[in-house]
Amino acid sequence: MQISQNWIDIAYLIAAVLFVLGIKGLTKPKTAVRGNMLAGAGMAVACVVTLLHRDIVSYEIIIAGILVGGIIGVLLAKKVQMTAMPQLVALLNGFGGGASFSVAAAEFFRGGHPDTVGIIATGAAVLIGAVTFTGSFVAFAKLQELIDGKPMGFPGMKAANAVLLLGSIVAIAYLVSNPGSPTVFWGLAIAAAVLGILLVMPIGGADMPVVIALLNSYSGVAASAAGFVMGNSALIITGSLVGASGLILTQIMCKAMNRSLTNVLFGVMAEGGETIDQDEVYAGKIKSTSADEVAMLLETAQRVVIVPGFGLAMAQAQHAVRELADTLEANGVEVEYAIHPVAGRMPGHMNVLLAEAEVSYDKLKDMDTINPTFEQTDVAIVLGANDVTNPMAREDKGSPIYGMPILNVDKAKTVVVVKRSLSAGFAGLPNPLFAKDNTLMLFGDGKGAVVDITAALKEG
Amino acid sequence: MDFVAELTLFVLAIFLGVELITKVPPTLHTPLMSGSNAISGITLVGALIAAGSDAGMLVKVLGFIAVVLATINVIGGFMVTNRMLAMFKRK
Repeated sequence: MQISQNWIDIAYLIAAVLFVLGIKGLTKPKTAVRGNMLAGAGMAVACVVTLLHRDIVSYEIIIAGILVGGIIGVLLAKKVQMTAMPQLVALLNGFGGGASFSVAAAEFFRGGHPDTVGIIATGAAVLIGAVTFTGSFVAFAKLQELIDGKPMGFPGMKAANAVLLLGSIVAIAYLVSNPGSPTVFWGLAIAAAVLGILLVMPIGGADMPVVIALLNSYSGVAASAAGFVMGNSALIITGSLVGASGLILTQIMCKAMNRSLTNVLFGVMAEGGETIDQDEVYAGKIKSTSADEVAMLLETAQRVVIVPGFGLAMAQAQHAVRELADTLEANGVEVEYAIHPVAGRMPGHMNVLLAEAEVSYDKLKDMDTINPTFEQTDVAIVLGANDVTNPMAREDKGSPIYGMPILNVDKAKTVVVVKRSLSAGFAGLPNPLFAKDNTLMLFGDGKGAVVDITAALKEG
Repeated sequence: MDFVAELTLFVLAIFLGVELITKVPPTLHTPLMSGSNAISGITLVGALIAAGSDAGMLVKVLGFIAVVLATINVIGGFMVTNRMLAMFKRK
């Protein structure tokens, strides 16, 4: 059965509306599941109607591809651990870029006679698609610790990137006048693939959330470019929605770290005035505490705020934390969680990890909401978070992290920091919070410490 | 569709995207990313046309690769998003 292009376009419009309603559903936890379903329905509409397109003459390859992709997709979605969500999203970004690249390449080799716009769009889809594909795999390898997560580079890297980008643009320009050159096409593809690798290599661990968000945006833009290639409205609209989404998340992440996007991309850390000596900050001022002592503090507390960082997820301590919170709440204590925008390894990661441990989402407070409440907080428990609590960001104009918005945990009556040692966080700076008069250090493994506190509370 | 109409769609959709996404709370940013990944699997539409066309071998191979990658995005993306959102819905 075949239907006219008009009907196909109307179906695409319906799909686009369903995607918009789907994303709208994601603005509230209550409607989010339904939103996701709506978006899925939109996808089904778009795919089914496409199968009736007049250019489709055989279904063998399509069925084989959907089977292979479907099985891999189901396995990935079912098996992935919530702590590994950033890796999965990085992979999916890469697949999205790869798919857009392949679609544009297939269209190129079908050998129609595309106009200038068509060729430029093909070039853009190939360039952005290939950059997203290889860049995402580097991001995946870094997050999965297959390669070193530290910034990597070589002298002349920026020059090499500039040459690759310029070369790609020249190749696209060449294709406009000579649309049929496969050599130039593959040259462009290879240059873009190498560029993707080189762009992500120099980006270090703490900046990973920004990169994932940015690659998310790229994968959308690549889909949009593929839409221009095929003259397909569904791809154009949806691709730009996703592109906008990734871009906004990138902005939020950059703002939360007080870094500009350029700084993140080129691996520049703000220069600190003088190097601060760790001993000078900590000497004689660190008070160590025990689980029993913390339990005693908590017994008299009325309001407790838990400040989780990625260290908590690494220690798989989210369930232990919830149990501690349950015990406290049973004693009539008000417990809330303070979530910094860059806690975890991707936007919103910490919220998912806590939701997995069945912490109710209305107790997860973002920075702007929780910060004014620290003054009325009896005990703030910092678990695996470091740089996002560093008061130097607020007070020390010479500090490299000055201006970064932080959680004002030091305003709480007592701060308990659970940490293995006094070692520095990603920013490589000492944290004067640890030396404050109202701070107690509980040295040890995050999960063990929380379990001990809970046990001591239950006994007491 | 002519280029100007396509460009109009593109620009308006970006504005719509910005308006929509700024309203998504930080709590749901991870599902938003995996969900938008699933949605960007819309490339599957283009992939289906490439894979099902009667063009040469190279186009079919590229079409097959595109279908596989886009299907992983669609199926994997929607399922994992659903898995996460179900955890938020529990209470």
